[in-house]
Amino acid sequence: MKVFLFSLVTFIAVSCKDRADSYLHEGKAVSTAIPVFNVGNVSVDSFVNSWDLDIRPDGAGLPPGEATPLIGQPVFEQKCATCHGATGREGPMNVLVSTDTTATAVKGIGNYWPYATTLFDYIRRAMPYQSPGSLSNDEVYALTAWLLFQNKLINDTFKLNRISLPDIEMPARKNFIKDDRTGGPVIR
Amino acid sequence: MGNRKTISRRSLLTGSAIAAGLALVRTATGQWVNALVPEKIPLDPTKQLGAPQGKMGTRSTFEKLEKIPSDTSSRTPLHLLQGTITPSDLHFERNHGGVPAIDPNQYRLLIHGMVDKPKVFTLEDLKRLPSFSRIAFLECSGNFRTGKEELTPQQICGLTSQSEWSGVLLSTLFREVGIRPGASWFLAEGSDAAVMTRSIPMEKALKDGILALGQNGEALRPEQGYPARLFLPGWEGNTSVKWIRRIEVSDQPFMTREETSRYTEKVNGKIRQFSFDMDARSIITFPTYPVSIEKGWIEIRGIAWSGRGKVIRVDISTDAGKKWQPAMLQEPVLDKAHAYFRYFWKWDGNSTEIASRVLDETGYLQPTIGQLINARGKDMGGYHLNPITFWQVKKDGRILLRPQNWK
Ligand code: HEC
Repeated sequence: MKVFLFSLVTFIAVSCKDRADSYLHEGKAVSTAIPVFNVGNVSVDSFVNSWDLDIRPDGAGLPPGEATPLIGQPVFEQKCATCHGATGREGPMNVLVSTDTTATAVKGIGNYWPYATTLFDYIRRAMPYQSPGSLSNDEVYALTAWLLFQNKLINDTFKLNRISLPDIEMPARKNFIKDDRTGGPVIR
Repeated sequence: MGNRKTISRRSLLTGSAIAAGLALVRTATGQWVNALVPEKIPLDPTKQLGAPQGKMGTRSTFEKLEKIPSDTSSRTPLHLLQGTITPSDLHFERNHGGVPAIDPNQYRLLIHGMVDKPKVFTLEDLKRLPSFSRIAFLECSGNFRTGKEELTPQQICGLTSQSEWSGVLLSTLFREVGIRPGASWFLAEGSDAAVMTRSIPMEKALKDGILALGQNGEALRPEQGYPARLFLPGWEGNTSVKWIRRIEVSDQPFMTREETSRYTEKVNGKIRQFSFDMDARSIITFPTYPVSIEKGWIEIRGIAWSGRGKVIRVDISTDAGKKWQPAMLQEPVLDKAHAYFRYFWKWDGNSTEIASRVLDETGYLQPTIGQLINARGKDMGGYHLNPITFWQVKKDGRILLRPQNWK
């Protein structure tokens, strides 16, 4: 018992510098150190391998594979057109192709999306809507290429792969600003 | 079949209770419901033995409380609620790929990236960590509808709800893995069909972020993220990623679809991104469409809240915004929480407009739609719209929304 108490005390002392919380007890502030509980399993590889899907703007996370736009066209017609229209402009769900930059133009990839990497990431994780996660990496490259081409961001012979995708210039990026609302009397 | 048997056995024992419609049965989906619609309510309930004690409480069959579901969301009936806590089954919903069914025994949370010790936590692991609870609102940043007179508060802004959230502070959780120097963002990823993702600044997590496991005293409802979700007080609802399964710590945002194509808004020709804080807002919940009023004293009631802190004051106007008078605030007024307000008004029978506006502790006064248009431009996007809501009081006592159209 003594041994146990002693080790608990050192443990708390060690972790004290990390974080201390205080609460009121009979009007007096009582400090408690929150120890590190050391719960959780450290063998994470299988989870990282199957779950780490994200693609960063610098391209980190992009898998091997390559496609040109025209390879994507039949895949789009087969797997996406019922919801997004034959050319990605017609709906009934979200309009994907829009290059018009006037203020009232409908939002699409060409006039609103700031990073091409987002398109690969999103199609792979969430589309087609009724069977998410069903596309191969090659299909995702093909669909991404076709949609970028429809949005006039690449030409029809562009070879889309992990090297070329992050470098595609997205005209909408220059329009993005960070939130400037701060609270206080000024309405923004 | 089995259910029927149970009823008939119980009905032998407590026939009167069954007649009063208070017997509970479990449906195939596991929900407790009233077995019978009341056949006859006794004229004098003191002359008839009441229903037996049950395993689950029920809502009176006279109370018709329902959310309004659409393809993308479902709205809280704000005008039918009392006080500030939203019953869990009436909490609003905004899902991007439906409500997933998750077995808590299979549930795992992965934390990796810029951490000293990447880890996988079970639900039991998470429950062993020091616990934390707070009451706070949660609001969708797309919480604004207008355009016609016949709209209820539920339809206008029913995408806000309030609960007591319980779980583990993210600051506690992150100490279990050790954040590396330079880490400034993390990706929160859900295990729904949208594999919903948002990048969150580490600063917010360490300030007051919660990994929520509980809602109003019980486990989270599936619609609110069972068995675990992020809860970021005061921030636009979609950042509080539900059904969270993965946190990847990083030194930059990931620029997911939900923070680029969605949940960003046009402001003066630019696109505003990472608009996390919910601006202060208030809404009268009584009297509003569809109720009618009569001449005499009326208690105007409603809720007010701010994503930046506490509500300091709510003003009421009963002359279409010319003069404003402070309302009473129900104590305690909590940080980043719905506050309840009340105001006595003697209606003289003339047509007018009533409205509420809130001042929060940063000095932000809820704007009119005109002020928002001035600040953001006519082509402003549909997120973070929190204008003062005006209600027209007609001579015959009907209350109708004053629509706010600008496009
Ligand atoms: C069953 C209908 C359906 C099908 C089929 C479908 N989608 Fe979608 N798609 C949707 C819906 C609904 C959304 C909006 C989801 C949301 O907002 O959470 C969407 C959103 C998108 C978006 C984001 C749009 C934006 O404005 O942010 C892209 C890109 C997209 N889909 C691409 C595809 C591709 C590529 C395919 C074919 C592989 C596909 N979709 C198939 C229904 C569908």
